[in-house]
Amino acid sequence: MSMAPAFFNEMFDDNGIRPHYAKLGDWTQHMPAELRQMKQAEAEALFRRIGITFAVYGEGGDPDRLIPFDMFPRVFTQPEWRRLERGIKQRAKALNAFLVDVYGRGEIIRAGRIPARLIYGNEAYEKAVTGFVPPKGVYSHIVGIDLVRTGPDDFFVLEDNCRTPSGVSYMLENREIMMRMFPALFRENRIEPVDAYSTILRRTLASVAPAKCESDPTVVILTPGHYNSAYYEHSFLADLMGVELVEPADLFVEGGFVWMRTTEGPQKVDVIYRRIDDAYLDPLCFRPDSMLGVPGLMDVYRSGGVTIASAPGAGVADDKAVYTFVPDMIRFYLGEEPILQNVPTWQCAKADDLKYVLDHLGELVVKEVHGSGGYGMLVGPKSTEDQIAYFRTRIEEDPDNYIAQPTLSLSTCPSFVEEGIAPRHVDLRPYCLVGEKIELVPGGLTRVALREGSLVVNSSQGGGVKDTWVLAE
Amino acid sequence: MLSRTADNLYWIGRYIERAEMMARLLEVGARIALLPSVGHGYRNEWDSLLQASGTADGFSHKYGDPVQRNIESYLFFDRDNPSSVASCFERARENGRIVRTALTSQMWDALNSAFQELRQLERQPRSELELGVLTEWTMRQTALLRGAIETTHLRNDGYDFLGLGYGLERADNTARLIDVKYYVLLPRVDFVGSEFDNYQWTTLLRAMSAHRAFHWAYGGDVTPAKIADFLILNAKFPRSLMASALAVERHLGHLEETYGRRTEAQEAAEGLRDALRGLSVEEIIEEGMHEFLSRVIGQVNRIGGIVHATYLSGEMR
Amino acid sequence: MIVSVSHRSVYRYDAPLRLAVQSLRLTPSHFDGQKVLSWEISVEGGTRGGAFRDGAGDWIESWSVRGPADRVEVAATGTVDTTDLAGMLRGHRETVHPLVYLRETPATMIDTALADLAAGAARGATSPLDTCHALSNAVRAAIAYRPGVTGAHTSAAEALALGEGVCQDHAHALIAAARSLDIPGRYVSGYLLADQDGKEHEAAHAWAELWVGELGWIGFDPANACCPNDLYIRIGSGFSAQDAAPIRGIASGPGAEALDVTVAVTAGQQ
Repeated sequence: MSMAPAFFNEMFDDNGIRPHYAKLGDWTQHMPAELRQMKQAEAEALFRRIGITFAVYGEGGDPDRLIPFDMFPRVFTQPEWRRLERGIKQRAKALNAFLVDVYGRGEIIRAGRIPARLIYGNEAYEKAVTGFVPPKGVYSHIVGIDLVRTGPDDFFVLEDNCRTPSGVSYMLENREIMMRMFPALFRENRIEPVDAYSTILRRTLASVAPAKCESDPTVVILTPGHYNSAYYEHSFLADLMGVELVEPADLFVEGGFVWMRTTEGPQKVDVIYRRIDDAYLDPLCFRPDSMLGVPGLMDVYRSGGVTIASAPGAGVADDKAVYTFVPDMIRFYLGEEPILQNVPTWQCAKADDLKYVLDHLGELVVKEVHGSGGYGMLVGPKSTEDQIAYFRTRIEEDPDNYIAQPTLSLSTCPSFVEEGIAPRHVDLRPYCLVGEKIELVPGGLTRVALREGSLVVNSSQGGGVKDTWVLAE
Repeated sequence: MLSRTADNLYWIGRYIERAEMMARLLEVGARIALLPSVGHGYRNEWDSLLQASGTADGFSHKYGDPVQRNIESYLFFDRDNPSSVASCFERARENGRIVRTALTSQMWDALNSAFQELRQLERQPRSELELGVLTEWTMRQTALLRGAIETTHLRNDGYDFLGLGYGLERADNTARLIDVKYYVLLPRVDFVGSEFDNYQWTTLLRAMSAHRAFHWAYGGDVTPAKIADFLILNAKFPRSLMASALAVERHLGHLEETYGRRTEAQEAAEGLRDALRGLSVEEIIEEGMHEFLSRVIGQVNRIGGIVHATYLSGEMR
Repeated sequence: MIVSVSHRSVYRYDAPLRLAVQSLRLTPSHFDGQKVLSWEISVEGGTRGGAFRDGAGDWIESWSVRGPADRVEVAATGTVDTTDLAGMLRGHRETVHPLVYLRETPATMIDTALADLAAGAARGATSPLDTCHALSNAVRAAIAYRPGVTGAHTSAAEALALGEGVCQDHAHALIAAARSLDIPGRYVSGYLLADQDGKEHEAAHAWAELWVGELGWIGFDPANACCPNDLYIRIGSGFSAQDAAPIRGIASGPGAEALDVTVAVTAGQQ
């Protein structure tokens, strides 16, 4: 039997409670089990009431499912956050520079830093946008960067989400609910607010309006519709920003612009924050056989009549195989050393890596290159012989589709569980906004693996969410 | 406002009003069925409800003969019947869910809890549910929502689209309810003025919660002419055709103020109001009540069509 | 050579449409082999929308027609001065990397027969260019020209199995065969001036371009066993016929659509 790895506990060190968690320590002292249960029930009722019942990260499933909310907040100090912030912004900047490059001259490929086939042969590479530079040179306007921590100063990027990262409504609602239930906590701790997110998002979107837009830009959110599992988030953000939430059928194209159907006749739309996949944006461009989408949208986009955020084709930057090159992108485009590290990754597409992975399946985490949401994933140390054997066959059948990473010792945070308070593993997704400026609200979505010992934070696998604090100095 | 949002609000109004009409129709049927059968027996009366609600074909296709219990199920619970109370509540709530952020939280609460309670009702054995309980439940839910709208919704264009939905549906429904009595229930002229005739009229008034209001307004005997005047021409009675037409006109007027343009829909609504205003009960009876009502229903439909083309389709230029 | 084109597509609807939107790739390419003397696109009753040159070098125009209308007519007419470059696409500006054209599409899926055809043809070839010629000839030999046996959605593999097809099938088969050898290939749509020998031609024509390393993109027309010369006018390219379609459009409305196309390609000024 192997020794249990020593996980970094974000609240306790060998001498007891870390200073920035001290007040939370007092708080839990004065919270008997009955009160905690009452508060938990109250929180759940609040979530149900506002209707925030959807699966994060497009995991599907029961649309009325509630994701467990863990009331125990996670806390970052100001210096910790400042470093994260710099690292995240650096990454978001490099990813956008990369996108502009690969849809243009492809300098990073010409320089031999990234293999040409990995990019040009990538499913997510979109021929229809080559040669086009979107307003302000931004392809990915909302970059969700998934981070894990293994030590006091050790943060790793698990993956980048350059298309339409979801979950930000949880960041905002978790905070809202905590402030409603525990106002005293917010008086005692000086916690940086996150509620500027919607204002910054709107400003970011407005800042990338096309040159043809001469007045105050009209921004809309484009949703696939109310059957989508993230519909709540779409309507929540539209409401906070004070913009219309539209479905494809609400839009049409004429005279080089996009219009929405309103009770006062057509109104021009300048910026579309789309929460819909590339493939369903425009049937004329992507799916000639489909009636979904807005016919002609891509022609308007390419001729500068509307901005689509994130830009079609942005997905090539968050491909799991491209991920391994992000540190190179940072060096190549910014001339800087990466502030945040990548998790070492073996690519099963490479023969040497494949051999290593197959020899060490029991120790590694194996992921599908195009998968998401914790499905199609093997956590070696937590898996049975059968599961490992099953994955071995799948990898051997299609090695290109898999990458592997070491099992990281994810940090833990105290969580409220049945028996009281216990450490549980967490990750973090901050949302970086890229427009004229690159901005980040101090906070993010912390996901927590509520099952004891579990390292999988996905809500489909027993994960929950918690409020994430950044303390002011 | 997005045309689709306006459309969703409009249909919330229509579905809720329709749910209420279904409940009222069921009540009329249940009360009339309590009487000893005259001529055609209860079968005729229940069938008349299906005729009036425009669901006769769907019903006979599914159940065959009109048996009370089946009719109750069909008009209240059946999701295959797009006009059943349950279908209406479900669709109203679905429309509400789509435009959640255009509703006040009280409105959403009313819509959502009605739907949740409905699900519970559906889980109860039908034998334990009296029809009266179901119809009363419906009236209470629709009143709660209406109350939430009146007390919390901004008086903006959204409010007017809700109001248009309510107004047009109500005009249509009132016309149909009167038609049940006048055309379907009583095809034989020799019943007119009989005890049974009066009972039916009174039942109709009760179903519209207008029994006492009628007596306050008119006093004396219940005569078909007075009732027709009350239900059709009396602007003070909120369910009358006149009151519904005025409500539609008022909401369209607000939209004119909000959007700064007059539309064809207003002309059509004013046309309906003028047509009603120039009429007397005698003239209506002379034209033939059924013919008159059919004409009004057609006119209301036409206004609905114009409202759709003008505001809800987003194609206005 | 001076070549004139008149290309009319008439869409008829049995019930009035509400809105039709079209994306037109109907303008001759800019490259050393062709110089556009005049060219005009018109859509009857339509509004011109955005227009731009895409990453593959094609000129795209967007048009919309507001209903009610029961007919949409798209016309492209003009005159081009062409030069025979033996299929070479010299002087064509584009951004798309050739490796992008290794992507598989339903129309150009490789099956064993296509791979065998390609491997057989490539055997003994002395240069990349030689290989491409051999592929084009092999496709020509394996798929006889016969109109009416294949349709818009016939794949390369299906056409090869049939042994018959039209220029679209030849182009798809050549692209698939080239891809099986890791040679990027793409579908080209354009026009062809019928030569004097009276052979049967399709005036609206299609062929393939293959990436031949340092020579760049070179056109091959298996249907006519040649490389495009001054009888050809190049319009645009894509992964497949669908992707390279000169007209892509959607009409919203309840009606069914019927299409009539007339293409006239003639020598000299019109």
